[in-house]
Amino acid sequence: MAKFGSALFNRLVIIIPYAWLLFFFLIPFFIVLRISLSETAVAMPPYLPVFDLASGFGGFIDNIKQFSIDNYIWLTEDALYTKAYASSLWIAGVSTILTLLIAYPVAYGMAQAPNTIRPTLLMLVILPFWTSFLIRVYAWIAILKPEGLLNQLLLTLGLIDQPLIILNTNWAIYIGIVYSYLPFMVLPIYSSLEKMDHSLTEAAQDLGCTPIRAFWRVTFPLSMPGVVAGCMLVFIPAVGEFVIPDLLGGSETLMIGKTLWNEFNANRDWPVSAAVATILLLILVVPIMFFQHAQAKADAEGR
Amino acid sequence: MKSLGSIRRSFAPWADPNSVPFIAVKNVTKKFGDFVAVDDLSLNIYPREFFALLGASGCGKSTLLRMLAGFEQPTSGEIILDGQSLAGIPPYKRPVNMMFQSYALFPHMTVENNIAFGLKQDGMPKADIAARVEQMLKLVKLDKFAKRKPHQLSGGQRQRVALARSLAKRPKVLLLDEPLGALDKKLREETQFELMDLQQELGLTFVVVTHDQEEAMTMADRIAVMAHGKVVQVATPPEIYEAPNSRFVADFIGDVNIFDGKVSSAGNGTVDIAMETGFTVRVAATEPLATGTKAGFAVRPEKIRVGRDRPACAPLNAAQGEIWDIGYLGDMTVFHIKLKDGKVIKASSLNAVRAVEDPLGYDQEVWISFDENAGVVLKD
Repeated sequence: MAKFGSALFNRLVIIIPYAWLLFFFLIPFFIVLRISLSETAVAMPPYLPVFDLASGFGGFIDNIKQFSIDNYIWLTEDALYTKAYASSLWIAGVSTILTLLIAYPVAYGMAQAPNTIRPTLLMLVILPFWTSFLIRVYAWIAILKPEGLLNQLLLTLGLIDQPLIILNTNWAIYIGIVYSYLPFMVLPIYSSLEKMDHSLTEAAQDLGCTPIRAFWRVTFPLSMPGVVAGCMLVFIPAVGEFVIPDLLGGSETLMIGKTLWNEFNANRDWPVSAAVATILLLILVVPIMFFQHAQAKADAEGR
Repeated sequence: MKSLGSIRRSFAPWADPNSVPFIAVKNVTKKFGDFVAVDDLSLNIYPREFFALLGASGCGKSTLLRMLAGFEQPTSGEIILDGQSLAGIPPYKRPVNMMFQSYALFPHMTVENNIAFGLKQDGMPKADIAARVEQMLKLVKLDKFAKRKPHQLSGGQRQRVALARSLAKRPKVLLLDEPLGALDKKLREETQFELMDLQQELGLTFVVVTHDQEEAMTMADRIAVMAHGKVVQVATPPEIYEAPNSRFVADFIGDVNIFDGKVSSAGNGTVDIAMETGFTVRVAATEPLATGTKAGFAVRPEKIRVGRDRPACAPLNAAQGEIWDIGYLGDMTVFHIKLKDGKVIKASSLNAVRAVEDPLGYDQEVWISFDENAGVVLKD
C-alpha cells in the first residue's frame, strides 16, 4: 500500500509540471496558432471561422477547411514584418552583449566578495524588482530626456555643451533593456561562479598561468553554463519587448513587440498579430532546440 | 642509547653539517589579521627528501605549504629555494608544483589536457607535450583513461591524474596537500608506498602536509610536528615515535601512557622517578636531572608487558593493577589496566600465536612491567 502510495506520489510530482505546461503554454499556443490561421472579420471575436459546439462534428470539419495560411504569406509580402523581426533580433542581440559585458564583472566581484557580504550584494541586485517595472522605465525617461538628469549633470560638469539626444533613439532602448534585464544575467553567472572551487584558479596559476590567463583558461569556460543561461534569459524576452521600445524608443524604432501591439490594438487584426506571434516563437524556439540538441550530443561524447 | 636514526638507505643529509638545504625557511611568520598562523618558523629541507608537515588542523601546516607555493606571502621572514629567495615571486613563476587536497582537476578538460595544461603554459612544442603526457600517464598507470573527463574517474584515479599533472612540469619541489585524504583506507595504504617509490624514482623533493600520523610515519624521511604555528620537533619517524622531545609530541604521535613524578635519585646514565601513582621507574636518561625536579615519563602500550606473576624487576618499573577492558584488534590485543591508585593505562600485546591457553580475562589481577629503555623522560 505504501509502495502504491509512493508510486502515485511520484506520478503526481511529474504530472504537475506537465499540466502546468499544458494549461499555460500549449493550450494558449494552440489558440494563438488557430487564430493565426483564421480570417479577419468585423465581428466579435474579430475573426472567422468561429467554432460552435452546436454545429457538431460536421461543422467542426467545415471550419477546419476554412483555415488558410494567407496571414503567413502576408507577413512575407510586406517588408515591414521582416524588418521588424531583424531589427528586434539585432536590438536584443546588442543589448544581450552589453548586458553580459556589465553583468559578468558584477557577478565575478560578487563571487569573490567575502562570504559575509554576499547576501547583501545579492539583495542589492534583486532590490530593483521591488519597484514596478513600468515606473522604473518611466524614471529613465526623466533621466535621459534632453533636459533630464543625465544631461544636466554632464552640462554642469562641462563635459558637453549641447544636451545629448538619447531619448527616443535606439541607445535609450539599449540602456533600458540592459538596466531592466541586468539581474537576469547577473544571477545565473553569479551562481555558476560562486560554486566554483577556488583551488582551480590556484591550480592554474601553480601550473604557470598568470591570473588573467587563468581566468580565460579556467574560470570563464567553467562559467559558460551561467553565461548561456543569462544570455537566454535576456535575449528571449528582449526580442519580444514592448514596453521599453514604446516608452524609450523613437518613431523610427521598429520592434516586433510594437508591431504586434499595433496589429492587435490599432488595426484590430487578430489573425495577423497571431501569425506574427507564432513566427516570433518559432524564431526563438528553433535555435534553442538546436542548441540544446548540440549540447546534449557534446555531453554524450564526453561520457 | 641505541640508534633511532634513518631507516632508509642511510639517507640522512640533515645529519651532515656540510650539506646545503634545498629549501630554507627562515624565521617565517604569517599573520591573518590578529591570528598568527605561522609563528617565527625555521626549517631546512634537503634535496631528494620526503618531508612531512604533521599537525592537527589549524596548526599552520597548510599555510606554510601555501607560502612555499606562493599563494600566501610571509608577513616576515624569508623562504629560500635552491639558493634563491622566493620573496615576491608569484606562484606561476616558481619552480614548484602543488597537488591540491581537492585535486583541483579542471572539470572541462580531459585527463590528457589536464596533464598537458602546465606544459602548454610553458610553450613547449606539441610533439614534446604529447610525449611527456604519455610518459606521465604511464607513470601513474592511467594510459587507458587519457580521453576521459575527471567526473568519469574514480577517486583513486583522480588522485593519480592530479599527481601526474603536478609532476608533468618536472618541478624542483612537489608540494602535496593531504594527498591521500580523500581515499579510503586500503587505497590510501597502497598509494603511500606508490608515492614513496615514485619519489625515489624521480629523485624529487616532496613536501607533504598531513594530519594523518600513520601517513607521515610511513612515507616521510623526516617529520616536522607542528602546533600553534610552531615546529615542535623535526626528526625521523623512529625518533619522533621513540624519542619524542615533549609531552605534546609523545601524546600526538601514537598511543602513549604518561606518568608524572619527581626525580628521586640519579645513577650512572639512569634516573629514578617516583611516580604520583606510587611506583618508581628507572629509566635511561640522555642528560642528568637533579633530584627533586618534576619529570614525566612516557611509555608506549606495546612496550608494556602484562602478566600474572610478579616480575623480577619489581618494585622498579613494575606496578600492580586489574584488567578493566580488553580490545581485540586481530593482530594485537589492547588492555586497559586500572592501577592500584585508579589510573588507567594502556598496554598492548601482539597476537603472535593463534590460540593462547588460559588468556587474561576481565577483572583479573595483573602485573605490568617494562624495561629501562622502554620509555622516555619528559622534562616539561
